[in-house]
Amino acid sequence: MAELLSLPFMQRALVGGLLVGFLASYYGVFVVQRGLSFLGSGLAHAAFGGVALGLLLNTEPLWVAVPFTLLVALGIAWVHHRTALGGDTAVGIFFSVAMALGVLFLFMRRQYTADAFTYLFGSILAVSRTDLWLAGGVVVLTLLALPLWRRWSYASFDRELAQADRLPVPRDDYLLILLIAVTVVVSIKVVGIVLIAAFLVVPAAAARLLARTFRHMTLLSIAIGMSSAVVGLVASYFLDVPSGPTIILVQALVFFMAVLVTSPLSGR
Amino acid sequence: MSKTAIEVEDLSVRFGDHVALARVNLRVPEGAFVAIVGPNGGGKSTFLKVLLGLLPPTSGSVRIWGQRPPEVPPTLLGYVPQVKTMDRTFPALSIELVMTGVTRRWPWLPGRRAHQEALAAMARVGAAHLAERPLAKLSGGELQRVCLARSIVRRPKLVMLDEPATGIDAIGEADMYHMLETYQQESGATLLMVTHDWHAATHHADLVLLLNRTQISFGPPQEALSEDNLRAAFGHIGHPHSLKFLVSSHG
Repeated sequence: MAELLSLPFMQRALVGGLLVGFLASYYGVFVVQRGLSFLGSGLAHAAFGGVALGLLLNTEPLWVAVPFTLLVALGIAWVHHRTALGGDTAVGIFFSVAMALGVLFLFMRRQYTADAFTYLFGSILAVSRTDLWLAGGVVVLTLLALPLWRRWSYASFDRELAQADRLPVPRDDYLLILLIAVTVVVSIKVVGIVLIAAFLVVPAAAARLLARTFRHMTLLSIAIGMSSAVVGLVASYFLDVPSGPTIILVQALVFFMAVLVTSPLSGR
Repeated sequence: MSKTAIEVEDLSVRFGDHVALARVNLRVPEGAFVAIVGPNGGGKSTFLKVLLGLLPPTSGSVRIWGQRPPEVPPTLLGYVPQVKTMDRTFPALSIELVMTGVTRRWPWLPGRRAHQEALAAMARVGAAHLAERPLAKLSGGELQRVCLARSIVRRPKLVMLDEPATGIDAIGEADMYHMLETYQQESGATLLMVTHDWHAATHHADLVLLLNRTQISFGPPQEALSEDNLRAAFGHIGHPHSLKFLVSSHG
């Protein structure tokens, strides 16, 4: 274990896992409680379009993926607010467009695209210092925005009540979706595009089953998200398998244990 | 003569081509209990949303103690939404919901003062024993009490209720009206209630507003709910015998 921690790439992966684990599981409580699981998938696929554009332009993919995903997030929110279409339909449309663009960009690149797989499935070897700075920046932003937890929670419970209490609910919604979008992008290297939606949903869903209050749900989700990231990363190193799926499987294990503990048969 | 709490002049609300509400004119004196009655889609909830400041009027004006609804301090307003629309799967204790009435934010760590105020409001409506119970474990009537405690926790001067009797049994309903009237007597508050129940409107309200996308009538219950007015509001729907039966049973 000491040997493992002395490896620079593993140190970066663990710090990245902890940062991303915190972010995804914190925003995950709002994703789960507001029924936005599909949004996580949509934003991850939007990020794929951005990464592919970055690869095509021969620049650092995440620097392109961040603005690209933010634009898609704003587009989803805009179409949802402006039309009578449901949020899932808006996500579905942007999801497909971004994915289609991503595939086209990769095709236009006409090069070996093995690095694209790093982004699709996550790789602990690929986590760089830049990625850590980026994730650290989003964690700082999130900590600065912690007072918003009380407003987002209130609106997650009942938008109309929160609006009647004069909270700026639409503006808060835009901020939340933008922060979720950035979280998705900075989580890509650790978890991978394909599985990032699960990272947003599974720890929060497990916490939802076990918690009596929204505060407990938030704290528990963060604890599950961060600890599963570390356990998953270490396991992926020893088993020599990709980090993203390993982390998600650890989270799924916690989730199913929570289901068993809270099932009606257990008498809880 | 008592002061005017709510003044509405030629209010209309449109969504594109659809007219949700038109030509509403009324003056509600302070301390009155007003019931808003009308068919489904008649604009009752739309009217309430305008008063809450959630929906801007397309034309006309609305003043609550001389202020536009979005400018009215939320401490003056209490609101009881339709219980059936609330997310009861949300992980929360009853007292946390009541505390949102004090802090206007979801409680992170319960402050002692907010906690005490919330508990006192719950005691006033006979719901103190529900304080630590999760929302998911409340019956419809219990949740209604909790919402009522939330709406009066700041001792507001105007309480608005959206179909408060829906999903409650007869005893629970009688209890709710008793609590509302007690609060009104203690505080002199103005009450506004959307309801489908003409009998409740007749028995508990001082004034009735009958709406069917436009104002059919506004006045004391017997006058506002006259047979002609009820026919004007409800005559376009249902079988003629149904309306005849309802009108005669109401009278």
